[in-house]
Amino acid sequence: MADEAKGGALEFHPMDQFIVEPLFGGDTIHWYTPTNVTLWMFLTVLAITAMLVLGTRGRAIVPSRAQSVAELAYGFVYKMVEDVAGKDAVKFFPYIFTLFLFIIFANFLGLIPMAFTTTSHIAVTAVMALAVFLTVTVVGFVKNGASFLSLFWVSSAPAAIRPVLAVIEVISYFVRPVSHSVRLAGAMMAGHAVVKVFAGFAAIAAIAPLSIVAVVAIYGLEVLVSAIQAYVFTILTCVYLKDALHPHH
Amino acid sequence: MEGDIANMGQFIGAGLAAIGSGAAAIGVGHVAGNFLAGALRNPSAAPGQTATLFIGIAFAEALGIFAFLVALLLMFAV
Repeated sequence: MADEAKGGALEFHPMDQFIVEPLFGGDTIHWYTPTNVTLWMFLTVLAITAMLVLGTRGRAIVPSRAQSVAELAYGFVYKMVEDVAGKDAVKFFPYIFTLFLFIIFANFLGLIPMAFTTTSHIAVTAVMALAVFLTVTVVGFVKNGASFLSLFWVSSAPAAIRPVLAVIEVISYFVRPVSHSVRLAGAMMAGHAVVKVFAGFAAIAAIAPLSIVAVVAIYGLEVLVSAIQAYVFTILTCVYLKDALHPHH
Repeated sequence: MEGDIANMGQFIGAGLAAIGSGAAAIGVGHVAGNFLAGALRNPSAAPGQTATLFIGIAFAEALGIFAFLVALLLMFAV
């Protein structure tokens, strides 16, 4: 560790916000210890439940604000699954909708000052990406049997280079969960670290006004990135699902 | 290893890994720019391709984030 680099010019270290801490004191973290990650995941689930259950409780013909947000999110993801993964993928819609809502709410809750961004930890996103990877692989083999392996055999390519392409396809198939999880975690972590770096510059009087303007601008960008990363994670899930259901090139 | 030399290597390596972010920026700009060029030629076809646009951007961006990850690993994990 580069100790002398810490706290050099900044008041606090920009990566301090990602430290997992026990919620009720103590030092050791077991798998059952309530931490700030647990708290913010719980709040995420609570917020989603509030929107979907309480928001749509009226079942009004002319929807209230919360109900129309819930309806828009439902319609948006439903259309995405139908368009990208095909009509027969609609039975996976509840799973994909769950992923989308969890990620977008975790991202947005993480933007509240002093909040903890659960999706900035690879441990969290890796579980979601691995779940998608396993689901897609199992669905692919159950639906297509051994012919699922034709996903790796690019029949449109000249016969001579098909073995080479098969190797590349297999590698890219197994790199999917890595890039799927690291993309979300990396984007969230990088964005929040940038906000904190500019916030640290605000302590230096000469550049304080500039850095405060920069924090506002970067925060606005982060709101956009939060939504786009949730969208990207969901749409890639749909793309992988399409490969599992229709593996033939 | 001796601390100073190893630290210097970490910092240089992390700085070099940051070049990858610039490369990813070129890639994302290429995707978005070509999409816009195509969309302006045929605006009616553009809305149907936004999903493809975002998938392309995501793939280009992932590699930049890998570079960022390498920088983070060098700074905090090595």
